[in-house]
Amino acid sequence: MVDDPTGKPVVQTFALTKCVSTGDDQLTILEDINLKVNSGDSVAVVGASGSGKSTLLGLLAGLDVPTTGKVQLGGEDIFLLDEDARAALRGRILGFVFQSFQLLPALTALENVMLPLELMGAQDAQTAARELLQRVGLGMRLTHYPRQLSGGEQQRIAIARAFVTQPQLLLADEPTGNLDSATGAQIIELMFELNRELGTTLILVTHDEALSARCASRIRLAAGRVVD
Amino acid sequence: MNLVRLSLRMLRRDWRAGELRVLGFALVIAVGGMTTVGFFADRVQAALSRQGNQLLGADLIIHSDHPLAPGFREEALRRGLAVSTAARFPSMAVKDENSQLTEIKAVTEGYPLRGDLRVSGEFGQVQGLRPDRVAGAIPPSGSAWVDEKLMAQMALRQGDSIELGATRFTVDALITEEPDHSIGFINLRPRVLINAADLPATGLIQQGSRVGYRLLVAGEDGAVENFRAWAQPRLALGERIEGIRDARPEIKSALERAEKFLSLAALASVVLAAAAAALAVRRFTQRHLDGCAVMRCLGASQAAILGLYLLHFSVLGLVASGTGCLLGFFSQEVLALWLAEMVETELPAPGIWPGVHGLLTGMVLLIGFALPPLINLRSVPALRVLRRDIGTSNSHSLAGYALGLAALTLLFVWKADDVRLGISVMGGFVAAVGVFGMLGLLLIRGLARMRSQTGGALRYGLASIRRRAAASVVQAVALGLGLMALLALTLIRDDLLQNWRSSLPPDAPDHFLVNIQQDQLEPLAAFFDQHGLERPPIFPMVRGRLTAINGNPIVTEDYADIQARRQIEREFNLSWAQEMQDDNQIVEGHWWNGSDAGRAVMSMEEGIARRVGVGLGDTLTYDIAGSSLSATITSLRKVNWDTFRVNFFVLTPPGVLEAYPATYITSFYMPPAHMDVANKLAKAFPNLLVIDVATIIAQVHKMIGQVTRAIEFVFLFTLMAGLAVLYAAIASTQDERIHEAAIFRTLGARRGQLARAWAAEFAVLGGLAGLFAAAGASALGYVISEYALNLPYTPNPWIGLIGVFAGMAGVMLAGLMGTRSVLSTPPLVVLRRL
Repeated sequence: MVDDPTGKPVVQTFALTKCVSTGDDQLTILEDINLKVNSGDSVAVVGASGSGKSTLLGLLAGLDVPTTGKVQLGGEDIFLLDEDARAALRGRILGFVFQSFQLLPALTALENVMLPLELMGAQDAQTAARELLQRVGLGMRLTHYPRQLSGGEQQRIAIARAFVTQPQLLLADEPTGNLDSATGAQIIELMFELNRELGTTLILVTHDEALSARCASRIRLAAGRVVD
Repeated sequence: MNLVRLSLRMLRRDWRAGELRVLGFALVIAVGGMTTVGFFADRVQAALSRQGNQLLGADLIIHSDHPLAPGFREEALRRGLAVSTAARFPSMAVKDENSQLTEIKAVTEGYPLRGDLRVSGEFGQVQGLRPDRVAGAIPPSGSAWVDEKLMAQMALRQGDSIELGATRFTVDALITEEPDHSIGFINLRPRVLINAADLPATGLIQQGSRVGYRLLVAGEDGAVENFRAWAQPRLALGERIEGIRDARPEIKSALERAEKFLSLAALASVVLAAAAAALAVRRFTQRHLDGCAVMRCLGASQAAILGLYLLHFSVLGLVASGTGCLLGFFSQEVLALWLAEMVETELPAPGIWPGVHGLLTGMVLLIGFALPPLINLRSVPALRVLRRDIGTSNSHSLAGYALGLAALTLLFVWKADDVRLGISVMGGFVAAVGVFGMLGLLLIRGLARMRSQTGGALRYGLASIRRRAAASVVQAVALGLGLMALLALTLIRDDLLQNWRSSLPPDAPDHFLVNIQQDQLEPLAAFFDQHGLERPPIFPMVRGRLTAINGNPIVTEDYADIQARRQIEREFNLSWAQEMQDDNQIVEGHWWNGSDAGRAVMSMEEGIARRVGVGLGDTLTYDIAGSSLSATITSLRKVNWDTFRVNFFVLTPPGVLEAYPATYITSFYMPPAHMDVANKLAKAFPNLLVIDVATIIAQVHKMIGQVTRAIEFVFLFTLMAGLAVLYAAIASTQDERIHEAAIFRTLGARRGQLARAWAAEFAVLGGLAGLFAAAGASALGYVISEYALNLPYTPNPWIGLIGVFAGMAGVMLAGLMGTRSVLSTPPLVVLRRL
């Protein structure tokens, strides 16, 4: 549990619980999760498969709805908002990096990075996207489509896309899970560099020991509960 | 603004990636088919209305089948109106050994009152347009003006003479343009124009001759209307008024029927295109679920996503529909080229409305069938970015497709211009899809049960059909629709044409002799003997006008159907016979026997009975030469008119009609070696009408050929729409198959094993689809045959077998070709992509 009374929490959960019903049984995936992550922090969420890591990440981002409890994101109780308002809030303060990259195959590298800015209606999306792609070392690949790029390159585009809105909080779901270790190391380096440069808070779900070791703190989940 | 750009970019990319090709193709075909027919019909309608007033040659015409009382003419003159008269009748024109059946028109001074009669002095072949001039007068006495058809058939030159009945006329002008000749689908006879003063001397008008008399009237609008109001209540039976507003109803209705039929053919392609579009959009949305989830994750609202895709599809719809319109515009030129001959007039350029209708059709199709899955796309849970198994419910889409079906039904009703026809055709489609769907589900369940008794590839194939039961049924039904179009276009069409050809044997009568007088029966029989021809059966014919049904006088205005009205106003040909001809068939009641001779009963042809609105037990009263005859209907007959034998609407037993004045009629086959006999006949019996149906049969053949080609051409669109459905149906499970293949191959399945399993699956699907297609195509053949061509339908006994085997082979081949790339891609590449 991360608790720094001097910092201002970016995200905070209160007795967060998620249950699903499988036929007659109730299956508890997450139980009574209370956590607080302050601005500029980096947190690794670790645990075995099925321990509820991804569910927690989904709830933090407001992608899923808890059974009980609440999540405050930037001081707002996100489950008091409707789905569209939550989407707008995500667009404003969150960035995402996924294990399977999740780039839109129909768009070029540049267009993929421009997408969140365009969805927000920002001016001059192209300049910002171009700069960030330069920053992640893909300045030469602007007009390539995801299919034409390697896994490491795709993940770098995804990172550029996540940072282009200068989010307060970056959520990453196994960002190195689909990459070999050398490429994974480069990706980790890149994320932490940007984290420092832009002052972004990081929450990572990972199996990768190297990655979790780089984080300032760790939350270990087992059977839906925080164990340390 | 940014969203618009984004949307266009995605559209461009999706198009390049081939994701939208089936949808775009389906739309182009649907709109192309609709606009082809629309543009063509528009041109024909415009040609008709432009010629409206010239068609009549007057502002108003009183038609009559007997010389009109002079009072009408006198009253028109008294009101200051211009008048002229015309008498038209068929007769033979003879030049040396050559005779032709012509339509003779004898006119008086002033003809035509409206429009121009144009003539030319240039006979023979000319390059380009024949130089001509406005005639400005009617033929002088002793002159005959002929049209190009007769000139060509008899090789006439200026100054030649031809015989019409007992008189010799000099041909001194060629008619190039003539108002009031029918511009119809059927205008078979060449025409001759003479001065009415010469008519009595020809001796052509005798008792029983079919002459149409016309009084032409023209003048100020108001005066013409007043005269019409005065004349209307004074009309006797067999007389009717025709003004510009009711000009040429028979042509209008013939064209409207043709247009309706072509429209329905085009609509069939719209339905198929709708099926293809629905399948294609469904696949499109499934492939875009991830993208939408990512966008939701990145902060896009539901409205933004819906807007993005709506714009995307609207632009696609407009571009595809616009392309379809262009395609329609060019292909209607082809139709016009083929069919212009039948319309016998220069076609004006088409208007823009058919294009607008085409665009509308395309958009309705797109909105009706693409919107439901798109609405689903909007509500993709963003959580899908973390858990790919979370999809989207399709609860809206079923209700959404109901919207699409309703839109299609409206389109049908509008285009067929007939609520019942539109709804029944659409209902038939929906019912067929429903029945096929249910049947498919049952069959698939049944087959899956047999799985344990099969081995190897077939077992995996069946397992995979069973697992995707719903998708498999959709696939089988869609494949069935596509195959149905193919079967209907090949087998059914050939069957129908074969059926039609076989109904006319080569030695069928090809000459009719009409207007034979009682005292000519003996000389005629002698004439046949003398020329070594078999004496043909000769039938008596008594002309009578229907005056009352069950004692109630006939009121023609009660009949809404123009054909029925015509039928009733005309005189009926009544005849008698002891035995029924073998091309007749009793459908209700009983034929008489010997003891019924002299009883006042009759047998009526079922079609005319239906039109007049009478049935078994009704008593009809006829006015025959001033005296009346009543007889009761005791049987209804179906007559095969295609045999070209003499047949009658109304028959009585012997001993009923003999007392009335009769003429006689016969039909016979004249071998080609005896062709000169027709000319000798016309010379020996000048009042006889020798109708050479050989040329009519040839012309009907030609006309049917033209219409068939037009319909086949429009059916090309249906065919392509059918292929689009086939393709879309096979593509609809492609993604799942790619995934499945990767897993199977990772587990060690060899390519051959996978290919065999899929071949089995496609064969089963294709067999099912073929079965549905055969049933659907037979139903379609029945409907077209019974209602459009009026031929009895004999189903092809092989169609079920052919359908099943063609379906199995075709779908297996197409399916394996479509999945070839899947099999040759390394599994890791596939799995990486997911």
